[in-house]
Amino acid sequence: MGINKKSIFVFAEQVDNRITSVVFELLGKARELSEKLNAVVVAVLPGYQIAELPKDLYAYGAHKVLISDHQALREYRTEPYTQVIAEMIRQYEPQIVLFGATSIGRDLAPRVAARIHTGLTADCTGLRVEDERLRFLMTRPAFGGNLMATIVCPDHQPAMATVRPGVMVKRLPEPDAMGELIPFEIDLTENHLFTKILETVREEGSKKLDIQDADILVAGGRGMKSAKGFEILRDLADVLGGEVASSRAAVDAGWQEKAIQVGQTGKTVRPNLYIACGISGAIQHLAGMEESDFIVAINSDPTAPIFNVADVGIVGDVFKIVPKLTEAIRKERTN
Amino acid sequence: MNIIVCIKQVPDTKEVRIDPVKGTLIRQGVPSIMNPDDKAALEAALRIKDGMGAKVIALSMGPLQADAVLREAMAMGADEGILVSDPQFGGADTWATSATLAAAITKLEYDLVLAGRQAIDGDTAQVGPEIAEHLGIPHISYAKELRIEGDEVIVKRQFEDRYQLLSAKMPVLVTALSELNQPRYMTPRGIFEAYREKQVTHWQRNDIPVESENIGLKGSPTRVIETNPKVMKAPGTKIEEDVEKSVQYLIEKLKEKYIL
Repeated sequence: MGINKKSIFVFAEQVDNRITSVVFELLGKARELSEKLNAVVVAVLPGYQIAELPKDLYAYGAHKVLISDHQALREYRTEPYTQVIAEMIRQYEPQIVLFGATSIGRDLAPRVAARIHTGLTADCTGLRVEDERLRFLMTRPAFGGNLMATIVCPDHQPAMATVRPGVMVKRLPEPDAMGELIPFEIDLTENHLFTKILETVREEGSKKLDIQDADILVAGGRGMKSAKGFEILRDLADVLGGEVASSRAAVDAGWQEKAIQVGQTGKTVRPNLYIACGISGAIQHLAGMEESDFIVAINSDPTAPIFNVADVGIVGDVFKIVPKLTEAIRKERTN
Repeated sequence: MNIIVCIKQVPDTKEVRIDPVKGTLIRQGVPSIMNPDDKAALEAALRIKDGMGAKVIALSMGPLQADAVLREAMAMGADEGILVSDPQFGGADTWATSATLAAAITKLEYDLVLAGRQAIDGDTAQVGPEIAEHLGIPHISYAKELRIEGDEVIVKRQFEDRYQLLSAKMPVLVTALSELNQPRYMTPRGIFEAYREKQVTHWQRNDIPVESENIGLKGSPTRVIETNPKVMKAPGTKIEEDVEKSVQYLIEKLKEKYIL
């Protein structure tokens, strides 16, 4: 029992005892890295009454699950989670530790990195192991997405990274996959570093389908002119079975919610189909959607940069083309 | 009540352009600004000062020209500005930066340390929490509301689909979202004082009680080994036709891709 070879840790973030989607993406990536490094993939799972969760972690690629089931870990708080993860790292000495770049991961990872004195690379969009020297290379956008930087952590262990949700690819789940469960006991006595949770409030409107889970996205930008302008995009999304997304310009203008914003300061998406309507294609936006399988851009400005990443670009008026397209698709679907 | 606000001078990344021929970053002519999240942190500190009285110290680490953001902070209402600047601090990653700033903070009295959630040139969101860890105090990140009650800070902490109301006993470090507030403008009186009467305090290597192996490039666990302009994929087909033909073309393409 235990971990007696090199390992890659994946922080198995859960909220309300549901594993956050990015964890499965990280497990897929960790499995790929583990083959080259001859390492085991260990999902590290802090929480309370979480006995049901390891099976999904095995299904998506974890060889082992290091579980810490403790009442103090029921809801995320920085200090008890930091204590658990730091202690697990000290005890098992993994080579690599991966976190989702979620609002929990981006809070926890730096605290852990500072405590165990190691490097942390934020918001990675690429992770790989070199062929010969086997260095672990972390790639991330810098300067608002204008540059890509490749970063190593040569003299400290483990190398730690937070990874943008929606970038890495999940493995096909193997529901019958089995792994080894390793319980991890820890004393979590409250000290001055503990914060108190006075209240937790789920916010309305946030329970809609996450744009990161949608296979088809119809996105609008400044060219949609108003909140009302987005209605034709909703119609198109509905007939395609997709969701509506937004550029930053339309969010800043108050036409759409931040939750559906795509881009450097919003979400990264990689749907099968991304239809960009009235979006000029600022680099900040492209950073969040250019990995989509098939990109259609509709814009009246033939010089808009969005056409540089589009598989199909239509130069024209969105308010004329989109309703006709919706109608044509509806016709196709009923035939 | 003493409040330290950590501020970074950053290039305005919205103004950064890529040279279309060489594919490199054009930095020339890009204005330097006070990082937006840090400005929200400063505004939060100034509101506490307005409400209950506090001494607000703006602290920055960077090259000498970062003096400008500290003057701006003082012109907005900060009582003092301190610039930690020395070639030996250069090339620091978030670990070394936070170790240096934390060591500088230990020279000051503080109840509350405020910082922006992240800087727009790096977007890491790491320096705030790492400073708190080096100082051995709790931190609360992603603050969208903040108030003081007795010896505690109460913070509305934003998550993807919820918020938590958290409390922590001071001293504590809080990182601010831009949504926290609308920062005030500099006042004419403030500008006069900041540029004519007040001085920015400069601290160099020997003023900071931090070990040499923890600073600068040498003290940084991470190394940038390569930077590349982003590789754009080859453009696809662009068509400029009438509405009917455009729609028909799209339908064919979607069928080709088995979407229809």
